[in-house]
Amino acid sequence: MTSRYFLAGGLALCLVSALGLVAQKGSTPPIKPAANGAIRKQPRSEGERVFQQNCWRCHTAPEGFPSRISGTIVRHMRVRASLSQHDEQVLLKFLNP
Amino acid sequence: MQRLTMEIAPRASAHAMRCFSCALVVLLLAHHGSAQNTPLISGGGAFFTSTNGGNTNYYPITEPVLAAPLGQHILVESRAALIETFSPMGGSRPGYNHSHFIGETYLQSDFLVSPRLTIVAGHYLIPFDTYNERLSPPWIGNFQDGPLISPLGLLQGGSGLGGMLRGNAFASNKYSIGYAYFYSTRRNADQFAAHRGTGGRASLYLPGQGLELGLSYDRLLQGTHENFYGGYGWWTPPDTGLRVRSEFARGHHAQGGWLEVDYRLKAFGGYESAIGRIEPLFRMQQTFRRDTIVSDGLPLVNTQRADFGIDYHLPHSIRILSSYARQFSSAGNRNIWETGIAYRFLFPVWKGNEP
Repeated sequence: MTSRYFLAGGLALCLVSALGLVAQKGSTPPIKPAANGAIRKQPRSEGERVFQQNCWRCHTAPEGFPSRISGTIVRHMRVRASLSQHDEQVLLKFLNP
Repeated sequence: MQRLTMEIAPRASAHAMRCFSCALVVLLLAHHGSAQNTPLISGGGAFFTSTNGGNTNYYPITEPVLAAPLGQHILVESRAALIETFSPMGGSRPGYNHSHFIGETYLQSDFLVSPRLTIVAGHYLIPFDTYNERLSPPWIGNFQDGPLISPLGLLQGGSGLGGMLRGNAFASNKYSIGYAYFYSTRRNADQFAAHRGTGGRASLYLPGQGLELGLSYDRLLQGTHENFYGGYGWWTPPDTGLRVRSEFARGHHAQGGWLEVDYRLKAFGGYESAIGRIEPLFRMQQTFRRDTIVSDGLPLVNTQRADFGIDYHLPHSIRILSSYARQFSSAGNRNIWETGIAYRFLFPVWKGNEP
């Protein structure tokens, strides 16, 4: 019985992985961390790339926040996610376009 | 339900709240720095239910986070947990028992010494594998309960008291190498409890592939000295909505691992569409007991568990969580049903001028 459940789990794992790979050429998620909370669909910037590669790995983007706390957020994430100084700078610029 | 927070006796709750209030006052003094560095309050609130063996428990949870920059090189940050628990009286008695916990999870100062080095001082999260530091907050974790092996390597509490060196040893567009080394001293008091120990973590991250591999080691330096080894692998291919995360940990008396896959259905209209907000989840776990000495919080016998879940991301940072797990062991198989709703908040401590 146990092996049957884990076989089903393995199949589900393969299915989800395949779905992800099929969708790999899809669009990037809209990010709206700017102060006005507006959805921005601008061309992919380096800051957005850093955001995708680091922040989204753990959590989804909060739905808008005041830009006066963007420096605090980036500093917190520099420590928590071991961001490089360069990534910290471009991410701060991305959050304050 | 496993929560990696320090439990405080009810009579110490007032003292805990005083400490937290003092920390808040200190953070409020952080009026320096640029206009982007206003202190913030973040965190999450959640209401979870867990039905295990026919008994349903209810857990309202609040976990606030404070972060305040001081000058250009210091960040003071803290997280606390307030958890209420409602559990059935048991037997044939009707009604529910009620208990509460107030716990300080961490309170630390981060000194940004150089681009590659940050010195952390205070009461910090143990950097063993990834779950404790990255996934334990209820507004982040996909499942409401942690992996079975999550107590391993956390020095019997999840937080250390002392210092830590961490940062990015090397970074380029193709790869980066991260590290963390800590030493924790012993403290038996209710507040800032910790065990003496030392250890660290090293990781390699390939951003182009979304692949991260890491190794952890720490050693308990009080009582019976024990070594803990860990390894993890994360694969988050860019622009896919897919995340594959796994961990392995080996302790003196038990070992185990987990693998979790989640996929946000963004292919069906994007992340903001009704279907794109759905996130199917799957997690496999196994634990193996190496001897019969039980001191690590893992199941008493070898255990396998499969978790199936669906999260739904509502607007305004609200998330609905639901999962079903089937757990297998020689102590008996069982079903675990979990549902919940979590809300993430984030706002400045005070109103300031926009930069």
